[in-house]
Amino acid sequence: MMSIDNKEIRESGEAPVKRKSMSRRQFLTYTLGGTGGFLAGIPLISHLRFAIDPMLQPKADSAWVKVVEESQISEEPKSFSFKVHQIDAWYESDPQLEAWISRSADGKIFALSPVCKHLGCTINWNNNPEFVNEYFCHCHGAHYTKDGKNLAVAPNPLDEFSVKLENGFVYLGKIVPNTKY
Amino acid sequence: MLTKVYNWIDERLDITPMWRDVADHEVPEHVNPAHHFSAFVYCFGGLTFFITAIQILSGMFLSLYYVPDIINAYASVDYLQHKVAFGVIVRGMHHWGASLVIVMMFLHTLRVFFTGSYKSPREMNWVVGMLIFFVMLGLGFTGYLLPWDNKAYFATKVGIQIAGYTPVIGEYIVNLMQGGQIVGASTLTRFFAIHVFFLPGALLALLGAHFFMIRKQGISGPL
Repeated sequence: MMSIDNKEIRESGEAPVKRKSMSRRQFLTYTLGGTGGFLAGIPLISHLRFAIDPMLQPKADSAWVKVVEESQISEEPKSFSFKVHQIDAWYESDPQLEAWISRSADGKIFALSPVCKHLGCTINWNNNPEFVNEYFCHCHGAHYTKDGKNLAVAPNPLDEFSVKLENGFVYLGKIVPNTKY
Repeated sequence: MLTKVYNWIDERLDITPMWRDVADHEVPEHVNPAHHFSAFVYCFGGLTFFITAIQILSGMFLSLYYVPDIINAYASVDYLQHKVAFGVIVRGMHHWGASLVIVMMFLHTLRVFFTGSYKSPREMNWVVGMLIFFVMLGLGFTGYLLPWDNKAYFATKVGIQIAGYTPVIGEYIVNLMQGGQIVGASTLTRFFAIHVFFLPGALLALLGAHFFMIRKQGISGPL
């Protein structure tokens, strides 16, 4: 019906009649679009929420792990390994971590993470004759002072494990940015 | 805004005729439920496709978490269903959709059968439809094993043993399906690969042929 009306108007050269009411086409667009949007939106939102779930999970809190007797720690850094409990989605395991533990000049015990701050390789103490008494990374030659200060290549100082001393034992907790620099 | 983007692309690539070709076509009166309510029986093919699209979508999202491995498969399904937000909904859609797609396809087949739509010149489309039917059954059979629980394991054992009763080549079929002597590690990876790569590929090709033929030949006439 409407199309015939419009045709007549066009042919007679008169301006189209202005209607206050919504046109049938517009009504259909809104109702079909709304219903379709609702039907598509529900699964789409649940699927997207499903996909981004790992991003919204809170960071796992690391528990304190007993690593070594306080008396064994000297000013010379030594590597100690310890196990942490890790829940990785459906896979639970106890991976072994490593820490370089030593005393600073004032006798305070601190523990450095062995992960190079350049691109994540593993650093080692005193393993390169060119850099005596330094941490050195064999991947791209980054090296650090005993306190973990970055001397070359790496953009940041080595991370630290938070340290807790209890009943003569060293406990290591979560990894934090280097507290000295 | 959207119109502007569309026009900008259309000016350069002239895309309007492309989708017009796909979307603009006559719906004869006898298949339009607005004219005859009973014409809703013509909706089942479209509904099958709609649910197939949901299956593909939910399957893609499930594969974000699923691993086809005998040690981790069950744990990963348990994790994605109970620990991941909306996991129950996403897996639920895939689970129920799998049954519903068979139901819709069956109703669609009944409609085609009782309206005689399979007759000349549409015999080839009936054959392609039957192939789609078997691909869908294959998808259901292979997908059933993937959660790797007791139900999945024994259903697959039964299914493979039925196939094993094939005369002469039964034993070879069993070994081929299992990928070995038992329903085990290689059966699971094999069924996974068939479920997410081989059969969906075949399904999309067959659906393409199915839709191309129905558009080319048009919907069969009224009874």
